[in-house]
Amino acid sequence: MPDLNLRSYDFRREREKSWRELDDLVKRIRRSGLSKLSASELRRLPELYRSTVSSLSVARSISLDRNVIAYLESLSVRAYFCVYGGREGLLAGIQRFILQDFPSAVRAARWHMAAAFSVLFLGCLTGFLLTLGNADWFYSFVSDGMAGSRTPTAETSVLRDVLYKSDDTAVDHLNAFASFLFTHNTRIGLLSFALGFALGVPTILLIFINGLSLGAFAALYASRDLSVELWAWLLIHGTTELLALVLCGGAGLVLGAAMAFPDKYSRMHSLAVKGRMAAVIAIGSIGLFFVAALLEGFARQLITDITLRYLIGGIALTGWLAYFIMCGKGRYTNDD
Amino acid sequence: MTDATTAPSPRMQRSITTPEGVMLHVTLAGRGERFTAVIIDLAIIGAILTAIVAVVIAVWSDIGGNWAMSLAIVLSFGVRSFYFMFFELRWQGTTPGKRLLELRVIDRAGGQLRPNAIFARNLMREVELFIPLSLILGGASMMENLFSLLWIGVLVALPFFNRDRLRGGDIIAGTWVVETPKAELLPDIAETQPKNELNAVIQFTPEQLSIYGVYELQTLEQVMRQDGENSAATKSTVALTIQGKIGWQPPDDQPVDPSAFLQAFYAAQRGNLERNVLFGKRRENKFDKD
Repeated sequence: MPDLNLRSYDFRREREKSWRELDDLVKRIRRSGLSKLSASELRRLPELYRSTVSSLSVARSISLDRNVIAYLESLSVRAYFCVYGGREGLLAGIQRFILQDFPSAVRAARWHMAAAFSVLFLGCLTGFLLTLGNADWFYSFVSDGMAGSRTPTAETSVLRDVLYKSDDTAVDHLNAFASFLFTHNTRIGLLSFALGFALGVPTILLIFINGLSLGAFAALYASRDLSVELWAWLLIHGTTELLALVLCGGAGLVLGAAMAFPDKYSRMHSLAVKGRMAAVIAIGSIGLFFVAALLEGFARQLITDITLRYLIGGIALTGWLAYFIMCGKGRYTNDD
Repeated sequence: MTDATTAPSPRMQRSITTPEGVMLHVTLAGRGERFTAVIIDLAIIGAILTAIVAVVIAVWSDIGGNWAMSLAIVLSFGVRSFYFMFFELRWQGTTPGKRLLELRVIDRAGGQLRPNAIFARNLMREVELFIPLSLILGGASMMENLFSLLWIGVLVALPFFNRDRLRGGDIIAGTWVVETPKAELLPDIAETQPKNELNAVIQFTPEQLSIYGVYELQTLEQVMRQDGENSAATKSTVALTIQGKIGWQPPDDQPVDPSAFLQAFYAAQRGNLERNVLFGKRRENKFDKD
């Protein structure tokens, strides 16, 4: 239509077909997901997206047709959702997470981990020394439900029996016990991560309190000369479980530190960058809690030999450390 | 709802710069919509948990109570903790609830929505959603003291205290929850040409086209896209107003069809303004002096 003489009209006529094509594609993705697209359509998506985004730039500078600009903006945003909405396959994502993201995030936060471990250690030491000096402290550090029959007034034989017999002696009960342990411990761990949001203070408290009760138990058993047996009983799964707790606590401290001491950008920016890194650590530690629950629920109940208990705990610790130190070398990057 | 002609309020508008370097505008989701979405998701989680319990009771004697029990514990935990993560990972930042309300999670910086951001924003739900929920439903013993209540209250109320309606999870994940925009591509008004005989008749001089600006042009576009009951009356009023303002007389004093006049005027006016825009002169409205 030469007499119309509208550049914006010609522009629309030339490009409209590809807009419609992208629109159809985006609608289909909305209905049934990316996975239903064919390989050629998947290749076409970013091409069409880029050309539409460039259409939008052109339209903004040459066209005064408000509908066209509004439409292109909306289409670009919807296509942007599809292109940048995250598209990694589940398996590839998990693989990358285990082999790279998780260990390198832990390495990046090693000083926070060291701090969390120190808090746990201090808690444990405090609980140990106080309870050793005066057994009444035990009741302050260990809740009744957790202590059960294991109190300073209990007979030494009772205390010893606990180490070798589970509450549910039948193997049949073990899996229920393990799954309870897993969900309970994981919740505590994830809580200590999320509470890092309050400048890390509740996280430190939570770890310290855990350390206190650990130390109180240790003191109780030490007073009856059962230390070696107790630590065998604790460490068979404890190396993994305490490590997971330290990881979650460290992740909480990363969060708290980002809140209290923002980087050279803004507090919001710093929280967003560090928060994502810390979340990777917290998610990864769920795996450790799972292994710990299996060790606690099954291995500890089935294996009573002290040396073997230490051996398993030691192997687990060595394995984890090797994994975190060696796996996925390369700096943790937030946006690759 | 955002359609082609009504723009959302600028207070809810945010812009992102895509990796291609183009600025796109997004509209933040309302608090009410997000609340509704979360309620829908919680209802689905509740239904799944109920189903798990029902299945466990049904097979209790078949596979042994303890196996059923442990399976139920782990499954329930998994559903509760990973429901949101699973869907946001698989459905590109949406969950069933968000999808029903046309909401979506995006990266605040405009980049790819990465799994670590999804982990981060959903891990915070434990303190933002599930602990308060268990407080309401009762049975939470460890959270009884005042300080915890206060702290959780602050977290829950957080979306009301910032302009971006971020909850704690959004803050540490660097995400926004936005609406999915809707806009249809309507026919170009300039395309529906006036009939030929009229086309020859309706002509404008450059002076007549230099009165209005972009604002008036786009208001006219809006008027012409209306098709309500009174649209015909509105159009003829608008046509007469324009004719008076620019001093346009129908040739031979034959009255012209208002729609045909408006179309012709719209096309001519847009052509003129767009040409000027190309030369760097954008006349925003009729008060704009050159």
